[in-house]
Amino acid sequence: MTARWTVLESLNSSLMSAFASDERVIILGEDLLDPYGGAFKVTRGLSSAYPGRVWSSPISEAGIVGIAAGMAMRGLLPVVEIMFGDFLTLAADQIINHITKFAWMYSGNKTAREQVQVPLVIRTPMGGRRGYGPTHSQSLEKVFMGTPGLRVIAPTDLAIEEDFSAGGLLSRAILQDREPVLFVENKLLYLLPVQTREMLSEWQIDSILTMGSPAYPTYTLSLEGAPAGQLTLAAYGYMAELARQAQYILAYEYEIFSELVIPTQLSPFDIGPIADSVRRTGRLLSVEEGSLTLGWGAELLARILETVGIRLKAGRRLAALDLPIPAGGSLEQAVLPSVEQIVKNSLDLVQTG
Amino acid sequence: MINKPAQEELLKYYRIMVTIRNFEETVLENFVRGLFYGTTHTYLGQEANAVGVISQLRQDDIIFSNHRCHGHFLAYGGQPYPLFAELMGKASGVCGGRGGSQHLQWHNFYSNGVQGGIVPVATGMALAEKTKQSQVVTVVFLGDGTLGEGVIYESFNMAALWQAPILFVVENNQIAQTTPSQQALAGDILQRFQGFGIDGIALDTSDALEIVPTARKLLEQVRNTNQPKVLFITTCRFGPHSKGDDTRPPDEVAQFKQERDPIQILARRLPPSQCQEIEAEVNEWIRQAFETARLDPEADPTLLSAGMPRGLRI
Repeated sequence: MTARWTVLESLNSSLMSAFASDERVIILGEDLLDPYGGAFKVTRGLSSAYPGRVWSSPISEAGIVGIAAGMAMRGLLPVVEIMFGDFLTLAADQIINHITKFAWMYSGNKTAREQVQVPLVIRTPMGGRRGYGPTHSQSLEKVFMGTPGLRVIAPTDLAIEEDFSAGGLLSRAILQDREPVLFVENKLLYLLPVQTREMLSEWQIDSILTMGSPAYPTYTLSLEGAPAGQLTLAAYGYMAELARQAQYILAYEYEIFSELVIPTQLSPFDIGPIADSVRRTGRLLSVEEGSLTLGWGAELLARILETVGIRLKAGRRLAALDLPIPAGGSLEQAVLPSVEQIVKNSLDLVQTG
Repeated sequence: MINKPAQEELLKYYRIMVTIRNFEETVLENFVRGLFYGTTHTYLGQEANAVGVISQLRQDDIIFSNHRCHGHFLAYGGQPYPLFAELMGKASGVCGGRGGSQHLQWHNFYSNGVQGGIVPVATGMALAEKTKQSQVVTVVFLGDGTLGEGVIYESFNMAALWQAPILFVVENNQIAQTTPSQQALAGDILQRFQGFGIDGIALDTSDALEIVPTARKLLEQVRNTNQPKVLFITTCRFGPHSKGDDTRPPDEVAQFKQERDPIQILARRLPPSQCQEIEAEVNEWIRQAFETARLDPEADPTLLSAGMPRGLRI
C-alpha cells in the first residue's frame, strides 16, 4: 500500500479495479467525464479508461437513480454518483418507493432463481466544514437509515486491513453486495491519509464483522496499554476521525480513558459491538454530524437502553444543532460538532454520570 | 402493408379481453362482499390497449406497468388464479400476498404503485438490455395522470439521449382519479414527447385491431433502431378510479359503454357462436380461479422475513 494514500485515492483506485474485474460494472452521474472526473474527483480517469461504461448524465438525480435501478434489475452492476448528498432528496421516491421495495415485495411465492435483485450502489459525498452552506453541507443519511431493504454504509479513513479501507468497502458494495447500498462518503475524509494498522500502532483495535453477506466491519479502538475505559464513544465517517482525536486528548490531558466504536454499516444497525463496550464502560456518547433530533444517536441510546438497561449509567448525544448549516465559517463551526465538544461532553459524562 | 390478423388471432384477443373484463368485474363485485383486502384499480373499458400492445411483444420483452396493472398482467399471460390470490393476500398469490393489486412481478412483468417512478426504472431496463445486445424491447404503461410527474421527463430525455429501446404507452383515459385531464394537462401531449425527439402515434380508439398494427409498427421501429417511441391511446375507463370513487355523470360512462366497448367492437367481427363459447369458457375459468384462490390459506406471517437478505433484517 502506498504511504500517505488518501481516502480519495483509495476510492478512485477501487472503482478502477471494479471496472477492470467485472464488465457489468458501470457508473452514472453528473460531470463524471475526464478531464473533470466528477465534482470531488472520485471518478477521475474512469471515463478515459472505460469510455462506454461511464454515463455522464444530465442533472436528473431521480432519473439516474431510477435508470440505475432498472439496469441493476436486468443484470448490470451500476454505481450512481450523486454529486452532493443533499441532492439525494431528489431521488427519495426512487430509493424509498422503488429500489428498496422491489426485492422483498416481489419475492413472495418465488423460487430463489426467480427473485428480483437490485444490486445498486449510490455513492454520495455528505458533510460540512467547507463553507458550502445550507444545501451543500448536510449529512442526510438519517433520512434514509431505517428504510427497510436499504443498506447504508459509511467508510472511514481506517484501513485495519486493506479490504476494509474506504475503497475496499466500496468494492465490496459494488461486486459482492446484491442489495441496494447507499454509500456515504464524508467530504473531509477524501483528503485524509488512509490509516493503516502500522500508522495506528498507538491503538488497540478490534474489528468485528457482523450481519450477513457481505459483512461490513465495526471497529472498537482504545489506546494501547490504557486502563479500562470509563466511557464509550460511538461515531462513524469523519466524526470517527474527530472522536479518535478526542479520545487521544481525553487520555493524555485528562486521564479519561475511552473505547471508540466505529460501525461502517449504519443501517440496518447492529447494536452488539456498542452494547458490549457500554457493558464495560457504563457510559455512552454518540457523535454524529447530522442534526440532533431523531438522529442516529437517538436510535443508539434507545437500543442501548433496551440491551444494556440499568448498566448504562449515563448517555448523551452530540450532533449538529437543529439548524440549517450556515455558509460563513464561524457560524458553520458553531453548528457542527467539534473535537472540543466531544472532549467536553465526555468529561461531563464521566464527572457527572 | 400490414396484413389483417387471421380470425384465430382475433379470437385470441377476444378471449384475453373477456378474461380481463370478467376478472375485473369479479373483483369489484367481491370487494363489497369483503373477499378482497386493500384496494384495486380496474382496467374495465381499456382492455383493447393491453391486448393490442402486449400481443405484439416477443417472449423476452419486458413490461413495466402501474397501479392499473391487472389487464396488462393477464394479457401478458399471467393467470387469474394467482392474481386473485394476490388480491386476497394469499400465499399462492403472484407475490405471496406481499404486493397486492399494484405490485406484481412475474417473469419479465413488473408493476409498482407510485406514479412516474417506474418510468426511469423501465428506461434503465431498456438500456441494460441494449448493453447486453439482447434485442429485448421494454414497454412501460403510463396513464394521463402520470404526465404530471416530473421524473418521467427526465426519463424521456435520457431515453432519447442514450437511445433506449423502449416504447412509452400512454393510456389516456381522460380522467386522473377524479380530475378530468383538461384540468390537469396543458398543451399538446405528443409535442411533449416530440420536444425530446421521441416520435410516436396517437390513436383515439377502443378497437384492438387499430391498436395491433400500430403497436407492431412502433415496436419494430424501437427494436430495429434503438429509438424510444410513444404510443398515445385515448381510451375510456368504464369503472371507478378505485372501488367506489367515480364522480363522472352516469350518462357519460353509459355512453362510453355504448360506443367504446372494446369487447363489443371486436365481437362484431366474429361469429356470435364462437364469442359465446369463449365467454362461457372464460366465465367458468374465472369462477374456478376465484373459488380456488378463496379457499387458499392466507399468507403466513411467520415467513415475513424470507426474501429480506441476512444483514438487511433489522
